[in-house]
Amino acid sequence: MKEKLLNLYDKDGTRKVLSSLISILIGLLIGAIVVICVGLATPSISGSAIGDGVKLIFFGILNTGRNASGALSWGYNSQSLGNMLFRSMPMIMTGLSVALAYKTGLFNIGAPGQYLMGTLVSLSIALGIPQTACPTGIIWILAFLGGMLAGAAWGAIPGMMKAFLNINEVLACIMTNWLAANLVTWAFDISNFKNMAEGTKSGYIYKTTYNGVATPKLGLDKVFPGSQVNGGIVVAIIIAVVVYILINKTTLGYELKACGSNRHAARYAGINDKRNIVLSMALAGSLSAGGAALYWLSGNTEFYWSTYQSLPAAGFNGIPVALLAVCNPIGVVFTGIFMAMLNIVGVQLTGYTAYNEYITDVIISVIVYLSAFALVIQMMLPKLKKADSANANAEPDMEEIEAEAEAELESETEEGGEKA
Amino acid sequence: MTFIIQQTLLYAVPLMIVALAGVFAERSGIINLALEGIMIFGAFMGVLFVRSMQAFPVFTEAVMQKQWLTLQGLEVLAMLVAAAMGALFSLLLAFAAINLKADQTIGGTALNLMAPALVLFLIRIIANQNTLMMTTGDAASWFMIKKSTFGIDKKTDIGFLGETFINKVYLATYLCIILFIVLSIILYKTRFGLRLRSCGENPQAADSLGINVTKMRYAGTTISGALAGLGGFVYALTTTNCSANGDVAGFGFLALAVMIFGNWNPGNIAAASLLFGLFKCIAAAYASIDINGDGVYLLAQIGISSHLYRMLPYLVTLVVLAFTSKSSRAPKAEGIPYDKGSR
Repeated sequence: MKEKLLNLYDKDGTRKVLSSLISILIGLLIGAIVVICVGLATPSISGSAIGDGVKLIFFGILNTGRNASGALSWGYNSQSLGNMLFRSMPMIMTGLSVALAYKTGLFNIGAPGQYLMGTLVSLSIALGIPQTACPTGIIWILAFLGGMLAGAAWGAIPGMMKAFLNINEVLACIMTNWLAANLVTWAFDISNFKNMAEGTKSGYIYKTTYNGVATPKLGLDKVFPGSQVNGGIVVAIIIAVVVYILINKTTLGYELKACGSNRHAARYAGINDKRNIVLSMALAGSLSAGGAALYWLSGNTEFYWSTYQSLPAAGFNGIPVALLAVCNPIGVVFTGIFMAMLNIVGVQLTGYTAYNEYITDVIISVIVYLSAFALVIQMMLPKLKKADSANANAEPDMEEIEAEAEAELESETEEGGEKA
Repeated sequence: MTFIIQQTLLYAVPLMIVALAGVFAERSGIINLALEGIMIFGAFMGVLFVRSMQAFPVFTEAVMQKQWLTLQGLEVLAMLVAAAMGALFSLLLAFAAINLKADQTIGGTALNLMAPALVLFLIRIIANQNTLMMTTGDAASWFMIKKSTFGIDKKTDIGFLGETFINKVYLATYLCIILFIVLSIILYKTRFGLRLRSCGENPQAADSLGINVTKMRYAGTTISGALAGLGGFVYALTTTNCSANGDVAGFGFLALAVMIFGNWNPGNIAAASLLFGLFKCIAAAYASIDINGDGVYLLAQIGISSHLYRMLPYLVTLVVLAFTSKSSRAPKAEGIPYDKGSR
């Protein structure tokens, strides 16, 4: 049993996961330290409030509110857990987008722009096709696919600029982000999806439930009553598995990774690097837009359409999710859920203590900062020696060789002494 | 016309300074994606400094007695504080990238996430709202240079140049322009600048001549942080009325784009920033632009949607890039952690 654990520990993958976990732990600790320091410096925050803050940071997802005596109570909070899964949907998808692009050597900072294009097309299709013309299930599928296609097209633009015009993809992505923000505002401005029915809400687009379109719950609302969770999380996880298979088990994935590692060597080997750069940006774009489509097709939020002044945070959240998961698609699922959990913890902190939700953003940023030198942490994790020396592939043990050599030398000198 | 020139300068000057910050870092070999975060931090620190100085009666008296020198001095001090804090914040990136040889894009992104989070967290606790403003008055009444600063009466006409460059401007803008010119000269005409640039092109060769690459890269990143912090505060002072809200509307990333657009060259960067500033100004105020002063508001009458005007800066950049990117060349050794042993 101990040997199996040691073997597991020595694998490369385990050490990467361990270093990510250590980064997370240190990040949470630093968050707790900031909470304590701010609490000590602010006279209005009492000692018990500081303790509450620290407890919420580590266990906030299990918090069920305050009981009669004013202390925090813990247990199964279905609303928190369900909302965590709901909020993780766009994070997982944008994380997959950034991870896929990073694996192929591109930094997809255009995720917010692709997210916005997905929002535009999926909302337009969901609200544009009348219920009478088509069953709502088909409308949902059309809206989802339409959103992903729009994201693919929008992501292909910086891809083509990088492949054919040698424009740095970070620059092209930043430009397309802001172009998307303005295009979406323009398109919604001249559309008739604005919420005119409710008097003060013309700055918002209707929810998709206005046209009867919403993501099916798939029974998840029985497991997590009171929350906003729906079948979208299942779709996101399935897509993550598909991306994992694509990258690691198919020829196309291998070609994409080769172009990312060394574009010129891949071209020398006969791989069409220009097509691959465009293709990977298009795939990354479709994933971001798919995240947007899943979020807005849930039908429980309204979109504020005048977005030309700022980019959605949902697009940028994919970057820490992907980086923390070392750009592994299955890891992205877990880090997406983890970041959504921190999001919920932030809501709890604002609701039950004097602290505010931005402390969770601080924790996330510290975790990402630490994951930047994950390599150093990995090297600091001690390498445990293999206990089994009878392993045929093991390197010969130097001590044994030296002992043998000494023994030989002694026997030789003995013989030499005898001869002489 | 006066309005266009003033607004363009207000937008273009912080953009220039932050793009130059990016140049200093990247020319020394460190990719600095954290410009946005350092700007946010610098803006917050500058505004916090002004706010805490307002507690001293000497400054409120100066406003009432119109002692402009004191107030301009406060403005310069705040700029220095913002620059110092920006340099400190960038040390995080420098340490991770140089000593720990971390991935610089991740480090920069981490700082971009850390700055708004930390700033908003502190703003909420200090001011119990999402924006940190001056306690009394605003930037226009405290720091703006007007005709009355020089004792000239409001109604006298001091000619086109006077109206444009002396009336309703900030000292910060002009100081930044001078700083930009001085630093560009330092980068290209002095020994220090040459050594800095060599560390970004071929650090091993620089090391063989006895240049301490680590120190040069630290210097480059620290100057970069100082300039970005300064740019953040000037942005907050001139564009958002001396208030910090944890967001600079993508300015840092735009400065990165301007830097790449300008091919890492200060002259091109200045031109690109002015282009951006001009288009942004047109987008915001096209309906009231009177081009030749004959009372005809031409742009309003053409009937192009305001959304298209707002997209213009980005479209124009992409078009120009399509033609000029063949010769775009980043500093050769940027992003690669310095390894003494490799060739």
